[in-house]
Amino acid sequence: MNINKNIAISGNGFVFDPTTGESFSLNSIGTEILSYLKQDMSKEEIVLAILEKYEIDNITVEKNYVEFLAILREYKLIEND
Amino acid sequence: MTKKKITVAITGLNNTDNPGPGIPVIRGLLESTFFDVRIIGLAYENLEPGIYMEDHVDKVYSVPYPSIGTEALIKRIKYINSKEKIDLLIPNFDAELYSFMKSAKVLEEMGIKTFLPTIESFEERHKANLDKYGKQYGIKVPKSKSIFKESEIYSLSDDFDYPLLVKGKYYDAFVAYNKDQIKTHFNKISSKWGVPIIIQEFIKGTEVNVIALGDGKGNTVGAVPMRKQYITDKGKAWGGITIDDKKMISITNDLIAKTKWRGGMELEMIKTNNGDYYLIEINPRIPAWVYLAVGAGQNLPEALAKLALGIDFDYFTDYKLGKMFVRYSYDIIMDIDKFQKLSMTGEI
Repeated sequence: MNINKNIAISGNGFVFDPTTGESFSLNSIGTEILSYLKQDMSKEEIVLAILEKYEIDNITVEKNYVEFLAILREYKLIEND
Repeated sequence: MTKKKITVAITGLNNTDNPGPGIPVIRGLLESTFFDVRIIGLAYENLEPGIYMEDHVDKVYSVPYPSIGTEALIKRIKYINSKEKIDLLIPNFDAELYSFMKSAKVLEEMGIKTFLPTIESFEERHKANLDKYGKQYGIKVPKSKSIFKESEIYSLSDDFDYPLLVKGKYYDAFVAYNKDQIKTHFNKISSKWGVPIIIQEFIKGTEVNVIALGDGKGNTVGAVPMRKQYITDKGKAWGGITIDDKKMISITNDLIAKTKWRGGMELEMIKTNNGDYYLIEINPRIPAWVYLAVGAGQNLPEALAKLALGIDFDYFTDYKLGKMFVRYSYDIIMDIDKFQKLSMTGEI
């Protein structure tokens, strides 16, 4: 996973891509996942971190994770898997 | 440090919803740490809002439209200079630049400096010459064709797909989806700005702009890329943000090096989803959003004044990312006296 290192993420979920000037608003879980990605955590590590923290099943986390990554890719916030 | 006192004459006080660069250029000059600037506003119309912005202009004179003739314009400048001793003149309209470039020597003899592109580099970047320009300087440009008569619209279909852009020589651009719309836009633009009308391929992508200043020797004095965030119905930026676009800076540096561009400029480009950049227009002067560059750390109006007056300084190498501007409208309340004085005497 190559997340654009220039991307600025604020604690409240505001994301700014200085390359395009685009900005985005994330909810709290999106903010958390993006910060994990910035720390170069793997998919397995991220899913585990969320499972430990929230009352949720593995399938739902994985499904939402994949969908969220597709959105990040669409907006060119990540480059590849 | 004592600031150097200078008197600068500036046009483009039309701070309307299609703003001229005059007031933002003045703001940059007034914030100069090097110059103590007296501003002489030059107005073509009596209701240009900048005329009445007393914090920005010290004195205003009306000047004749360049279309009346360069001679009348220069005669008027000569009169204004006899009263004000102008050190530097910064014209801000595309349509007046030719007159001032042609008169640069006469102005110099009056003691008035300018810092303008050469007539050659001004002419070659015209929208009507964009195809040739792209080939000559190795920049991707949208396919375009100049047309002079309405009847030429009917032979366009072989070369262009819809939608396409219909553009005036100096100002205005409209999207057309069929021949009837091209015809409407052709008549609307040509009645205002004359011919040719430029028919241009529509490139899908994000519009990104760069403001830059060339020193006339091939060096970039400063450059700041911006993406429009809020666009008016006239296509003007009402909000924008500085971006980290190294490719645009590289294109700008390359173009300035090859053309030895002298003065302010704005490159309007479309960045496609594939990451290609198409040059759609070069404005041969400082654009109205110059104050964003000042806010991002590059006081380009001050730098232009230094270049014009032969003052050495270090060129800009950096700017702040994520700096934004948002315009607003504002009502100035005044008595009729000022308007009356300008209307009757031509100065205020």
